[in-house]
Formats: sequence, C-alpha cells, structure tokens
Amino acid sequence: MNVSRRGFFKVCAAGMTGSSLATMGFAPTAALAEVRQYKLAHATETRSICPYCSVSCGTLVYSMGDKSKNAKARIFHIEGDPDNPVNRGSLCPKGAGLLDMVHSPLRLTHPEVREPGSNEWKRISWDEAFDRIARHMKADRDANFIEKNDAGLTVNRWNTFGFLASSAASNEPGYLTHKVLRGLGAVAFDTQARI
Amino acid sequence: MALQSLDIARRSATTTEAPKVRETTEVAKLIDVSACIGCKACQAACMEWNDIRPEVGNNVGIYDNPQDLDDKTWTLMRFTEVEENGRLEWLIRKDGCMHCADPGCLKACPSPGAIIQYSNGIVDFHQENCVGCGYCITGCPFNIPRLSKTDNKAYKCSLCSDRVAVGQAPACAKACPTGAIKFGAKEDMVHYAEARIDDLKDRGYQNAGLYDPQGVGGTHVMYVLHHADKPTLYADLPENPQISPTVALWKGVAKPLALLALGATAIGSLFHYVMKGPNEVSKELEAEMEKEDAK
Amino acid sequence: MTNHWVDIKNADLVLIMGGNAAEAHICGFKWVQEAKQGRKARLVVVDPRFTRSAAVSDYYAPIRAGSDIAFLSGVIHYLLENDKIQHEYVKTHTNAPFLINPDFGFEDGLFSGYNADKRNYDKSTWSYQMGEDGYARVDPTLQDPNCVFQLMKKHFARYDADTVSRITGTPKDAFLKVCEMIAECSAPNRTMTILYALGWTQHSVGSQNIRTMAMIQLLLGNMGMAGGGINALRGHANVQGITDQCLFGESLPGYLHEPTDAEPTLESFVTKRTPKMLRPGQMNYWSNYSKFFVSLLKAFYGPNATADNNFGYDWLPKQDTAYDVLAMFERMHQGRMNGFACQGFNPLASVANKGKVSAALSKLKYLVVIDPLATDTSEFWKNHGELNKVDPAQIQTEVFRLPAALFAEHEGSFTNSSRVIQWHWKAADGPGETREDTEILGQLFTRLRAMYTSEGGAFPEQLMKLHWPYRIPSHPSAEELAREISGYAVSDLADASGNVTVKAGEQVAGFAVLRNDGSTACGNWLYSGMWSQAGNLTARRDNSDPTGLGQSLNWGFAWPANRRILYNRASCDASGKPWDPSRNILHWNGKAWGGNDVPDMRPNAAPEEGVGAFIMTGEGVARLFAPGMVEGPFPEHYEPFETPLGKNPMHPDVPAVVSNPAARVYKGDMEVFGKADEFPYVATTYRLAEHFHFWTKTSKINAILQPEHFVEISEELAAEKGIRKGDVVTVRSNRGHIKAVAVVTRRIPVLTVEGRKVHTVGIPLHYGFKGETKPGYITNTLTPFVGDANSQTPEYKAFLVDIEKA
Repeated sequence: MNVSRRGFFKVCAAGMTGSSLATMGFAPTAALAEVRQYKLAHATETRSICPYCSVSCGTLVYSMGDKSKNAKARIFHIEGDPDNPVNRGSLCPKGAGLLDMVHSPLRLTHPEVREPGSNEWKRISWDEAFDRIARHMKADRDANFIEKNDAGLTVNRWNTFGFLASSAASNEPGYLTHKVLRGLGAVAFDTQARI
Repeated sequence: MALQSLDIARRSATTTEAPKVRETTEVAKLIDVSACIGCKACQAACMEWNDIRPEVGNNVGIYDNPQDLDDKTWTLMRFTEVEENGRLEWLIRKDGCMHCADPGCLKACPSPGAIIQYSNGIVDFHQENCVGCGYCITGCPFNIPRLSKTDNKAYKCSLCSDRVAVGQAPACAKACPTGAIKFGAKEDMVHYAEARIDDLKDRGYQNAGLYDPQGVGGTHVMYVLHHADKPTLYADLPENPQISPTVALWKGVAKPLALLALGATAIGSLFHYVMKGPNEVSKELEAEMEKEDAK
Repeated sequence: MTNHWVDIKNADLVLIMGGNAAEAHICGFKWVQEAKQGRKARLVVVDPRFTRSAAVSDYYAPIRAGSDIAFLSGVIHYLLENDKIQHEYVKTHTNAPFLINPDFGFEDGLFSGYNADKRNYDKSTWSYQMGEDGYARVDPTLQDPNCVFQLMKKHFARYDADTVSRITGTPKDAFLKVCEMIAECSAPNRTMTILYALGWTQHSVGSQNIRTMAMIQLLLGNMGMAGGGINALRGHANVQGITDQCLFGESLPGYLHEPTDAEPTLESFVTKRTPKMLRPGQMNYWSNYSKFFVSLLKAFYGPNATADNNFGYDWLPKQDTAYDVLAMFERMHQGRMNGFACQGFNPLASVANKGKVSAALSKLKYLVVIDPLATDTSEFWKNHGELNKVDPAQIQTEVFRLPAALFAEHEGSFTNSSRVIQWHWKAADGPGETREDTEILGQLFTRLRAMYTSEGGAFPEQLMKLHWPYRIPSHPSAEELAREISGYAVSDLADASGNVTVKAGEQVAGFAVLRNDGSTACGNWLYSGMWSQAGNLTARRDNSDPTGLGQSLNWGFAWPANRRILYNRASCDASGKPWDPSRNILHWNGKAWGGNDVPDMRPNAAPEEGVGAFIMTGEGVARLFAPGMVEGPFPEHYEPFETPLGKNPMHPDVPAVVSNPAARVYKGDMEVFGKADEFPYVATTYRLAEHFHFWTKTSKINAILQPEHFVEISEELAAEKGIRKGDVVTVRSNRGHIKAVAVVTRRIPVLTVEGRKVHTVGIPLHYGFKGETKPGYITNTLTPFVGDANSQTPEYKAFLVDIEKA
C-alpha cells in the first residue's frame, strides 16, 4: 500500500481532532443521529393542478396552518399527486419548482398605474383602478361603437378595444371573459391557443 | 426517535458497536441513464424539498447548471455528447452521493456522529456534528461532498432520509417524470434493473449493465448504463471506485496509531481548535502537509 | 389529442415530430417510456435538432425546419407505392372512395380556383360529385380516376425518396428507415401514435403539416384506435379549455361561429352553419347546431332571450374581419385601436416581431395588464438599456397593472390536453391585494353596467340584457360559472310521450337534451354534463383502470360526453369487431355499442345501418380530401416565408408558389422578410425542459437550472464563424437582433439541401428583461410577422438569421 506522508498524517490528525476532542467534551452537543424532521407532518394538503403545460399534472399543495381562523395559510411545498392517472406523482423541473413562482419576487401585490409619459409605477387602490379602467373603456366604447354597418345591417360591435385572454385561466373565468366581452360588443380578442 | 428502518449501522469516529440484531430492508435508488432526458426535475425537487437554492449562475456554453455540486447543489445532471456505433448519443448522468455500502466519507470523518450510515444503507451527514475538516471529501471516491462557505460544514445528498423515514421515496425519485429514477428495496431495484438491461440489449445496446461498484461494497444509488463497459463515458463515472488507501488505512492500522499519538500531538491540535475553530486547524495542517508532500 | 396521455402507452410506435415531448410535456412523455418498456414500442424522433426526446429515441432523423410537408408527403407516397395501408379501414372510414368534381385540378403548385390578387381560392371545384339522390357519389372499388384515392396517388407520386431528401436534408436512408417503421403500423393490430406540438403549428403551413400526418394515420388505420390518433400536445395547463371556451374573436364557446355581417338574422346564421348530410343515414352531428347555439344565447341572455327577439341574436356583436392576435397588433400598429387588455398574456415577449408589437402598444391610449407576475409587456414603456431601448417620455399609453391570483389561489377547472376537465381547489390567498380573475372581470363589468345605467351611452341594452344571476355580482363564483357552462333546464323538459325528464332549474345530463326552443341554457355544449344533477363530475377522483388500457373513465370528466378516445367507432371494422381485440375499447355486442369507453356513435346504431365513425362530418367518414383547408384540399410543400433556398424545389420556376400562396401577409411585413444572401442560416425557436414560456424566469429554482439566454449552433458553423462555446454572439434577422451565449454542439446537424449546406441556429425563447434569470433579449425580436393560412399561428419555427461573435 502506497500511503503518502500527507495522507497518513491527515488520517492521524483527523482521528485526534475527532475522537479525542469528543471525549474531552468539546464536541457540539451530542445530538441524536436522527433524520431531519419530516416537514409535512401537520401541513394542510390541497389538491391542485400544475398551471404550466397541458399535461396538467395533479399537485399536492402544502400550506402552513390548519385553516383555523387565525392561521394565515402560506404555501411552502408542492409535489406531485400520486393519484392523478397522468403524472402519478411525478413533476417536471417546472412543476417541481412551482413554489418559487408562487413566492417569486416578481409577483404583483397591488394595483399600479403608469401615467402617460411617466417613467415609474404608482400604487393605486383597486377602486381607483377599476373606476379609471371602466371610465376609459366606456369613453372608448361610446365613441367607437358601431350599431349598423355601411349596408345598414345591425352589427353592434366595438372593435377599438382588444383583449388577450389567458390560457392559464381556468374554464370558469375563461367563459366569463367570453361572456363579458360579448356583453360589451367586443370582437377583437384572442388567446395563447392561437400561437 | 428514528424509525426502525433507520437503525444506525455506523457512526463516524465512534468505536461503540452499532446495534445489529434487527434486520431491516436495504433501500436503493436506481438511475436508469438510458431513460433519462436530463430535464433536471430531480434537481428542482431536491432544491425545493431540502430548502436549498444555490446562486443563479451563468450559461457557459453547456446545459449543466449549476456547473458543479456545491453545498446547495446536492444533485446535478452532467451532459456528455458522444458518438457510439456511428450514432450520436447524448448521455446524461445524474450525479450525486452514491450512498456506498462501505462509505469512504464516513471512514475518513473524524467527528463523532457527523456521518451516519443507517441500516437501510443511507449515508447521512449531520451538520451539527460536522467540524468542517473536509476529510469526507478526500475519503469519497466519487468526489461528492462539498464544504459550505456559509457555515464551513460539509453537505451532500441525504437520499431524503427524512422522507424515507416516513415511508416516502426521495424527492428526486418521486418527481422523475420518465421513471428514470426508481426507488425501493435494493433487491427490487436489482430485479428491475435486469429487466431494463434486457430491454436495452433488445434495442442493440449489447453492453448494457448495472453499475453497483463492488470496490465500495456496492452502492445504494445504482445506474443502469447502456455502455456499462465504459462508465467513464458518462462524465467520468469511475470505472472501479475504491476508498482511497489512506482512508482504508485508518480503519486498519492508523486508528490505533492515532490513539497512541494522542498524547503527543493532540494537545497542539486542541489548542488550535479552541483558539481558532476546527477549519483553521485543518487548513494550517493542510498547508503544512502540502509543503511536506512537495518535498 | 384525439386520444390521451396515458393511452400513449398502448402504442407500438411513437413518432415525435413537430414537437419535443421530452422537454415541453415531460410528465406526458412518461407514457412513451411506458410504451417502450411495456409493449417494446419503438420511439422515432424527426427534428431539426437532436433534442432531449431524441436522446432516448430508438431512431433519430434530422430534418430542415419548415420542410415537414415534403417529408410526410414522402411517407404517404411510400405507403401507397408499397401498398402499406390498412385497406379495409381506408374503404370504410375515409372519403377515399368519394368522387371529386372533374374540374378540380393542380398545376404548378396551385390548385384550381386561385386568385393571385386576393391570395385566396375560389373553392367551387374542390367538391364532391353529387348524385341524383342528393348525396355524394362514391366508387367503392377506388378505381375511378376522379376518386379521392386515385387523386391522392397522383398528387403524392411526386414525393419520391430522392426528392424528399433533396428538400428536407434528411439523408435518404434515414428517411426510408422512418418510412419502414411507420409502414409496419398499417397492420390492423399495430398502431402508431404521433405526438406533435408547436413545431408543426408555428409555420405558415402549420395546419397542413398536421393534416398530412392525419392522412397518414387514416391510411394506416390508426385513428380511433387505442395507442393511435393525432395527438396535439397543447401549451398551457388550460389551453385546451380556453380553446374550448373559444376566446377567439371569430368563435363562440364550443366551436360555434361568431355571427358575421353576412348573417344578419338568426335564421340566416343557423341555415348557413348547419351542414348538410352528404351520405345517407349519417349522424351529421352538427345538424344539432341550432340547439347548441340557442342554448348558448339562453346562457348569455337568460330570460331576456326569447323566441320573439330571436333569443337576443342582435345583441351578439357581428364580426366583420379577422381579429386574431396578429391582426389586432396590425390594427394597433395602424393606430386603429385605443384600448387593450392582457390577461395572463405577455405579447411583447410571445408575439412575433417585438419591434412591431412595442410600436403598436405605444400607440394605445390605455393598456390593462392582469397578471400574477410582472411581465415584460407591462413594462414595454420602460427603458431596460439595450434589452428594451425605448424612451418613456415618448410613450403616452396609460398602463394599469392588476395583481391576479395564481392556480393554487383560486378554485376552478382546467382541461388537459387529453380533454379531461379536472377541478382544482384553493390552497391559500395570493400575496398582498391579489384578486381572482373572476372578481376582476365581475368588478369591471358591474361598474361599466352601473355607469351605463346612470349615464347612458352607446347601446346600453347590450350590457343590460346580459344575464348576470351571480350571488355576488362583482364576483361570480367558479361553481356558479361551471354550472352555467354545463347547462340547465330553463323550463321542464318532457320526452316524446310527455313525461317530464328534467325539471326546470335542474342541471342537464349532457348535450343530447339541449333544445333550440329556449327551454335549455348551456354556456358550452361540449362541456355539457361536467356539472350534472349528480354534481361536479370534474372533481371525480376514482382513478381505477379495470382494463389496464389507461382509460380511467371515472377520473374527472372528458369532453365530449366523457369520451376518452375520439372516433373510437373506427377502432372496429364495418361489422363492429375491434381491429385489435387485445386493445378492445369498443365493440358491437349485437344490441349496442359498448366497451371501455363512451361510444363515439349512436349507442344503438347497428353496424348494418352503415352509420359512419366520423359523426361530425356530413359524409360520416374522415376526409383525406379536405376542402375546408385554405390552401388546398391536399397538402403541398411550400417554403417558409424566409427560405434559405429562395425557391420552392417542387416548383423551382414558379415564383408565386415559393411560400404558401394563400397565407395573409400585411403590407410592410412582406418587405421585412429576410433573404438568404444576407441571412444565410435557418433559425428555429423552442422551449427548454427547464422553463415554461416567460413564467419560470421569475422562479428562482428554474433560473438556477437554466440561468441565461443561449443559442445553439453546430461545431461546423462555430468553426466557420470563429465562435467558441460560451462566447456571446449576436443573432440578427431582418427585424432586429439579440445577443446570447453560444452553445456549440453536435446536436445541431448540418444538412445538405438542394446540394448545398444548410446550417441551423436554435434559439430558446424563455428570456426577457424581467426575471430571476439573467436579463436577456427577447427572442421574438427576430421572428417574422406572418401566420399559418388557416389558423394565423405565427411562423416562429422557420426564419432566417445571421450570427456572429458579439
């Protein structure tokens, strides 16, 4: 056996700084050799679906708190739902990283406006946001609504306002978006499904 | 208390005999490299479960990210482009702790209880006992453990011992979308590997085989390789890994010698330890040794 | 998908082409591995790049981006030439025997009826010969020179292996190897599944790419079979659902048409949209069109919709022209739009030609961004250095940014690519003042309605008549909406003998009970039954799979009618026996259709009745000859609008047919198509396994896994251009440039096309100036503003660039 001087010395020194010191009481508190505590033991589990691709994998979303009134639920872990027939508990790197999108520093937390020509965002209330947007839409619709086309036929459309609807939205807001848009006379809208 | 499946088999720098009466199931993770697409779901799940996030790096012209293991990167896909039998192959190997049956890290570790081997085969680091000497790195034939710049402690894959303890698969294995990572009893994993190897042979990979290197007593992380005759194709997976002779020596000859030498040199080491902390000691010792070796 | 994710495991051959399932649909790709391991299936990948899918394939063949029709037409030629088709299937289930108008023709790359000025076709000759009985004429012997089968033979004869190889750059032996593997699946008990995605749709010939493959699947007899089908792997988790809710200007929920100026009355609309039966005894299911449409009007307008006012037909806006995303940005660019809203949509990054999109957004008066994340679009006005060089002072658009809830912060249903609708529950509130989409819409609408009530304005009736029965008007609940989508009886419904089968107010069991007299309301007929009297069927969680074929009929609810494999009647021969008894999903038991799926057939239609398996067509069979397509009833190879060849090798001397002659190109966009002398390399854009569009760049984990924008080039091109791996390079198209890190790899093949080398530059799309990833350029700075002639999906997948070391 070819043992270098360094290696041999290292092993000796290792033995001493380790076992010897421990016997002298300098080792950190003699912790039990237990595994890390299982962090999901008392978390609340909610069944959800990964919002990324159309495999639409089943997910288990774990949040702190037991949904009691004074506990503010916060999602702290997401993994695959083993019951889902398609993903059977697995998740891809996107799905396995969902937690970091949920808590991304790029999450929006309050309504904002960027005024014309301005170089910055300004925080506004929801009320102000809804009122200002509705005001814009009404002015636009009132000015540009077409009741009859050149041939005199009823067309009731508003085509100076466009909408890109989200393919990440659930069916229910998707349907509601369609209903609202037609309720305003909108004809100019589309979704990611196109592209 | 740890569950039955996590009886302790070995504990670093400890001479007390481990309990041996209960017979528990050995577990293993099987990585079927031939089914791996290198999606990095395992990396994501590992980071997420273990609450670790390395720095966002750069692209340096390859798909490997991060580029190497570190204290917050316990597993990593290593990508290699080779041509075999006139065909381009993109070999992707999930690197990380192999959980050796005969773990060089544990043997090299001087700190009692910093490295534990459970009876199910998992080799786990207990950072609260780690003195940061880095000998586990020297002891590891696969170059896996990494010292943290944050707390001077060594880190590596725990095979999600916290999940396994409650009967779940490691986070990477659960996440793996293609089933390239399987987890279960080692015996079952070996059987499954045999079926995979048959399938690969049927598809023309005559040298497909299982990587469960005996030089370290077998491992609790095994690979199915399409080219088991050439493990080094897979980002330098060692052909015949062995515990380095120095560490092997520790178990045999050096340990009694070291104990004898206690009176002579331990006091000096102890002085350093008390004054400057463990890492300083090892760094100085290292430097001295480097000088010695250079001669 | 006509089939579903788990069904992939039933395939004998998996072809991945026009997609990259291992990266973009990773958990679905699992079922490819299952097929390989469980059935010894083989995986073939045809792609311009050696992808992660290719990495685990049994065979990989390279192809030039934008030449798929040539490849697939070559496959059709091979199948016909070598008689590798499922004859009985083709005769029984396709329009191969149908006789075509003798005036139909094809010459110099154009079908009969082309109008060069309008760039469109008069399709009158693309029609069946009609018999005196009023039905289409057929020749069951397939011998008539004007039958579809003979016309096909002639049309595809030009695509021999040498021609294919010359156009696609696929080596001839590789092409033939793929043909052989595909041809094996013409045996009745062998199936191929095809998994494709945006690699086929994002071309100016996108729809025809898919159609060509559909023809192959029909010739092989694979449609309707377990382990077969045409499987579009869709984008977002609910892109299928939003497609079904038809958030397209030209459609209404359930693929109904939005009325146009040409249909001024309900009667004219219904007459025009209800198809005629083309062969006797067929189901021609769209004959129920008026039932679905009137039920939708009842859902939209409630009690306000009556027979007297044509169920509110006049309140629906009428469409005058195209308003797809490209058309909208074109209008915006022309200054013809004032307001715009982006709900979970990042067009600055995701729509072609970022420069044009940015200029268009700058012309708006107001922009509303509704999103959980700070998108690039929301800051189109902000100067991000060289990544977004704009002057905010010059941009007068007022921009609102509204924080929306993410998937785990509200409940509702998502429809996966398998058409399975699944409910998801809420785990926690979103951060800060986040609100759900339903509330944001509810608030906007109720406020607008209040303004119109108090102030009047343009045609207030349109808003006032909209049925708004929600318990909290400013925040309709997902449950209320799901029930409305699924449908309910407005008044008691009685059967033929007068017995009430559904009481007023009850949820309907399915679309079969919908009526056109105003007695039923249904927001989306295809989803009818998702919330029946039995409750919310999308929340079902019984994953049992008694036959092992993966159908799991009690998990969630699949549209239509909980059917898991579309066209499943075609899995049987004319007599009702399964082509492959070992994968029996449906059969005729002597009295009814039954098996391991909901029959795609009237349950008591005995095989002798001859009711065709393709119940949505007037013919009752699938169309090998498809006059519905814009650029021809048969596919033809046309080059991408930016072609490295400058000609169509199929018609080298006809400049009019270099690229799709029926594709819409706007003035100004044609002028900025690049030419090969200045931009010699074929670029293609794509997703990576580690990222999803422009969302995951906000996620630290994903930023760690793939931190920085890069482009991929071959070792040969790198050597030619003096580029080493890790170098920063500039990639330039005729619309702009980006900079990114070079990944030099053997995985980008160098192809020989028309006797010369063609290099590919691969460009992932995920980066931008907002995110946890390293700030990067937006890939779509480079892409051309032109879409598929049928769907207007932009041509992101094949265009021209130059590359150099930055």
